[in-house]
Amino acid sequence: MAEAAPQTAKLRAEGLNKRRKAQLTGLWYVGPWIIGFLVFQFYPFLASFYYSFTDYDLFGQANLVGFKNYIHAFAEDRDFYQSLKVTFVYALIAIPARLVFALAIALMLSVRLKGVNFFRTIYYLPSILGGSVAVSVLWRFLFMKEGVVNGALSQLHIPAVDWLGSPEVSIYTLGLLAVWQFGSSMVLFLAGIKQIPQELYEAGRVDGASRFRMFFAITIPLLTPMILFNLIMQTVNAFQEFTGAFVITNGGPLKSTYLYAMKLYEEGFLYFKMGYASALSWILFIIILILTAAIFKSSNSWVHYEDGGKSI
Amino acid sequence: MKRRLYRTWLHYAGLTLVGLVMVYPLIWLFFASFKSNQEIFGSTKLLPTEYIWNSYKLGWRGNGSSDFRVFFINTFQMTVPTVVFTILSSTLVGYGFARFRFPWKKPMFLIMISSMMLPNAVIIIPRYLLFKNFGWLNSYYPFIIPAAFATSAFFIFMMVQFFRGLPKELDESAIMDGCNSFTTLTRVLLPLTTPALFSVGIFQFIWTWNDFYNSLIYISSVSKFTVALGLRMSLDTSSSVPWNQIMAMSIVSIIPCIVIFFLAQKYFVEGIATTGIKG
Repeated sequence: MAEAAPQTAKLRAEGLNKRRKAQLTGLWYVGPWIIGFLVFQFYPFLASFYYSFTDYDLFGQANLVGFKNYIHAFAEDRDFYQSLKVTFVYALIAIPARLVFALAIALMLSVRLKGVNFFRTIYYLPSILGGSVAVSVLWRFLFMKEGVVNGALSQLHIPAVDWLGSPEVSIYTLGLLAVWQFGSSMVLFLAGIKQIPQELYEAGRVDGASRFRMFFAITIPLLTPMILFNLIMQTVNAFQEFTGAFVITNGGPLKSTYLYAMKLYEEGFLYFKMGYASALSWILFIIILILTAAIFKSSNSWVHYEDGGKSI
Repeated sequence: MKRRLYRTWLHYAGLTLVGLVMVYPLIWLFFASFKSNQEIFGSTKLLPTEYIWNSYKLGWRGNGSSDFRVFFINTFQMTVPTVVFTILSSTLVGYGFARFRFPWKKPMFLIMISSMMLPNAVIIIPRYLLFKNFGWLNSYYPFIIPAAFATSAFFIFMMVQFFRGLPKELDESAIMDGCNSFTTLTRVLLPLTTPALFSVGIFQFIWTWNDFYNSLIYISSVSKFTVALGLRMSLDTSSSVPWNQIMAMSIVSIIPCIVIFFLAQKYFVEGIATTGIKG
């Protein structure tokens, strides 16, 4: 007995050492991310909060000014309200339109037919071009007054629309660009649809349910987690949309496409009001946070989890 | 049976119609690059009545300040290292998260995942100031160095998901055969994760290639301009320039992405489907 005790202690110590070593190994691999996260994400995150309370302008010193930047935005800056309004309108148009379109197409593509993959590729093509300038060039020309879109409309005897020149319409034209690039949402929906067990539809058929009924009773409920996920990511993205507004319309006409990201860019990198721009970025952050939190909260009542929500 | 056939044809018709609407703009862009200004603005026909063949040659050469050959080389110099470092770093970090236990792993993983939702707009200003202090402005380091430190959580998550899909017995038998954790990764696991590596590489290539916002902020001198910045510059400066040249350069600027997409579309679509973020 007396001899065995030190032996087990030694063994235990060795085991501990081994475990500690294994723990360190993991940290080595994750290390680059830890450094990258702290330097390139966490520090800037805190710093922008600090700057938002200063008058830093890149050339002078950063002086603390309390809530002055925030007060200026809400009380004095009319462009701020305009950009908020435009961005909300844009999000309200682009997000639902894109999701509905993506879902409809995904349903069309989920049918087992020859050549469906070819169509999937074609539909995805515009999405890989993303926010590229080439696409903005294209949009400018398609939607100009004598452009292709109006030409096609006139064939259908629909009067021409001033897609980019009219302040009432221009934001919708940018929204259309977002709809055109629905590919990634479509692929996610497709993956979701493929995971729905076929037995459910068979059971539905046995019970004499119509296709229409099965769509709303089986397909949609089982896709709700995917819809939630898409909704969140699209919201985060839509509130930061920049390239289209900047290149196609440059915020105009009459600031009708003056998206929040453009406002932020101008304050920060055109006028170098770093303090004020930081405040604007934190307002944006809070808005996105509230919206995503609200979506998450509401999801309790409309998202259906097959395993009763255990996986989240 | 007849009804079913009818339905199939209807389905194809629908798919084709939507497909045409989807790609028509790109086809139009292609043919517009051969049209004269007059025809671009004056006619909505798809095919040019008269082809102008030199738009690619002249557009490529540019006028004075702009030179698309330089813009292309620049874009490759920015994109290729960014892609390589992204693949390396997200593989290592993904492996770490998927296969090891270490203190605070859970909270770290949660932070990593939620950093995907951190809007770029919130951190862009201090980042700019940071890079300014490092002396990285007007260079491609703001793209390359963060990539080397795996700051794109999307790709880490993608790799974690792929590693999790590989049976742990592989690692165990590799260790038995005398591999250490690193050689387990390089000799046993990596050959099996090539599809994931492809996905990461392709996504990062296309995103970096098309990036406009960050390039606009970090890069200021024309000699360092990427294709995206060059295109936008020629849009601004050239009210009198032949538009077909700009169309031609637009086409050229998207060719690398389209080629990559068609060569590797299998990985592409699978990549989004398995982890699926970003739009």
